[in-house]
Amino acid sequence: MHMGNWQEHRRYTNFKELQMKIMVGYKRVVDYNVRIQVKPDGSGVVTDGVKLSANPFDDIALEEALRLREKGVADEVIVVAIGPADLTAHLRNGLAMGANRAIHVVTTDAVQPLTAARVFLKLVEKEQPGLVILGKQAIDDDANQTGQMLAALWDRPQATFAGKVEIADGKATVTREVDAGLEVIEAELPAVITTDLRLNEPRFIKLPDIMKAKAKPIDTIEFASLGVEAHDHLKTTHYAPPAKRSKGVMVKDAAELVAALKQKGLL
Amino acid sequence: MSKILIIAEHLGGKLNSATARAVSAAIAVKPETIDVLVLSDAPDAIAAEAARIEGVSKVLTVGRAENAHPLAAVLAPQIAKAAAGYSHVFAPSTTFGKDLAPRVAALLGVAQVSDVMNVEASHTFKRPIYAGNAIITVEANPAHTVVATIRTASWPAAATGAGSAPIEPLSIEATLPNHTRFVELQQGSSDRPDLQSASKVVSGGRGVGSKENFDIIYTFADKIGAAVGASRAAVDAGYCPNEMQVGQTGKIIAPELYMAIGISGAIQHLTGIKDAGTIVAINKDGEAPIFEVADFGLVGDLFKLIPELEQAL
Ligand SMILES: Cc1cc2nc3c(=O)[nH]c(=O)nc-3n(C[C@H](O)[C@H](O)[C@H](O)COP(=O)(O)OP(=O)(O)OC[C@H]3O[C@@H](n4cnc5c(N)ncnc54)[C@H](O)[C@@H]3O)c2cc1C
Ligand SMILES: Nc1ncnc2c1ncn2[C@@H]1O[C@H](COP(=O)(O)O)[C@@H](O)[C@H]1O
Repeated sequence: MHMGNWQEHRRYTNFKELQMKIMVGYKRVVDYNVRIQVKPDGSGVVTDGVKLSANPFDDIALEEALRLREKGVADEVIVVAIGPADLTAHLRNGLAMGANRAIHVVTTDAVQPLTAARVFLKLVEKEQPGLVILGKQAIDDDANQTGQMLAALWDRPQATFAGKVEIADGKATVTREVDAGLEVIEAELPAVITTDLRLNEPRFIKLPDIMKAKAKPIDTIEFASLGVEAHDHLKTTHYAPPAKRSKGVMVKDAAELVAALKQKGLL
Repeated sequence: MSKILIIAEHLGGKLNSATARAVSAAIAVKPETIDVLVLSDAPDAIAAEAARIEGVSKVLTVGRAENAHPLAAVLAPQIAKAAAGYSHVFAPSTTFGKDLAPRVAALLGVAQVSDVMNVEASHTFKRPIYAGNAIITVEANPAHTVVATIRTASWPAAATGAGSAPIEPLSIEATLPNHTRFVELQQGSSDRPDLQSASKVVSGGRGVGSKENFDIIYTFADKIGAAVGASRAAVDAGYCPNEMQVGQTGKIIAPELYMAIGISGAIQHLTGIKDAGTIVAINKDGEAPIFEVADFGLVGDLFKLIPELEQAL
């Protein structure tokens, strides 16, 4: 069990006094406003020259961590990005938003969720955070896996699709947005939380904060040095554009619409 | 030959129809067996329902008090054990399956294929990425168990009725954690059809303007026997509860009729309705992108048009 230290620590310390770190996943993805084009040869999607931004769910994760720090629940927020060498500017944004420091795990290969989860586990073992907050999904691969996988490998609770988070007495009470409605669960810390859209509204970065962020530390770790096996678990062999729906007809009024739907047997 | 284990989704003692959709995807793999696993505190009635799904070979039950609520941390270790001997483990791509399957995959040390929309071969699948703006073909490692979630909107529910699969209790040795506890489920109670399986859906967007105004959507939906959905903007603005959100990060649905009212048609919304049979858009802005995908478009003020539609019914 990797958590021996942390649990010992918690047993002998008043939880409030514990120096809690929050680790946040901060992935860079193609901006959600970009219209994705599949390359004609089916080898990938066009990413040259397109706008890149923080995964929207990760901005929400960072915002939540900052609010918990502001409430005094945590005292340090660490943003983590796994990706190519040019992620520095992206991580500076996370620092400008308010994270205390950043960890950059450098790799030029695309990182699949199981690998990302294994990387996070290594960082968790080193940093011993009380909470890891990730996005519920990265809007490029739409996998929705990394948080759950990390929680499994770490053998700790997971509270996915969080719409509300409260931390008290060594546990997180999380309201989850599920298909049936809102589910409330309690998770003992340390735990993994993944964010849903309505958890909060991320703050805007202010100019002076960008200046301040320049002085904040970014730890750079070579992926290879972590000892995580990096084989591709899934091979993507082809990319295709989605089947197009053909444009239909415009009807002139309500009566015509009802007639058309009745004719199709839909009303 | 493939052997597939499907994790049953259920609530309140009833099987969720998403399970029968996962069975359809399993059938497409042409496996030797399709077994359904029911984890519950009281699995019998659920198992009996699952046993009637055509194509199911066997229903396995694990009845334990700890399984009263679908906590991934509690269920995953049991599923990881039960997965021994199976080539594939499938769960529906609902919030239940999305929460659970990656935890199972990680315990097995294997990757997961999310949102399977098509089965090309036993280890080759199609799935959407970038909010459905690209469809990729992925190959899973044939040496590993395939853990996958099934995009329910892409698959019809396997027929229920004729099947009579045997039901067997399964005993699993697994120590279950108690670090994660269920507190409560706040369910919106409604007599309306279920959004995920309804044949007709009427959705309202920001154009509806307020929570009070949303009544016009409910009333119209009730008149035509439809479920009610919403855009994210409508949910965020508090017009209606979160479980009504349709789209990339809400529910992916495939009704025969989808009516988008006061919804602009952002890609994140459209990805949730791509598989609908007929899409109707009502919007006062004739340039709204929703009209690009609508089979029938009607430009005008929804507050004037909905009463007119009700009249014309
Ligand atoms: C990561 C991410 C995930 C997202 N996931 C989802 C998702 O799952 N689902 C989703 O829906 N969105 C999602 N979104 C949000 C999405 O981008 C859009 O912001 C949202 O869909 C807009 O909702 P809307 O169409 O109701 O609002 P708007 O875009 O504001 O459109 C309102 C429409 O109503 C029309 N209108 C106004 N008044 C009237 C009237 N009186 N009569 C008729 N028409 C009228 C207007 O012309 C306009 O077209 C996501 C965004 C992000 C960044
Ligand atoms: N390369 C990465 N760098 C940083 N965070 C990541 C990375 N990959 C995944 N994550 C985190 O995991 C979440 C879910 O990603 P996914 O499972 O790929 O949908 C993201 O929202 C991030 O918080």
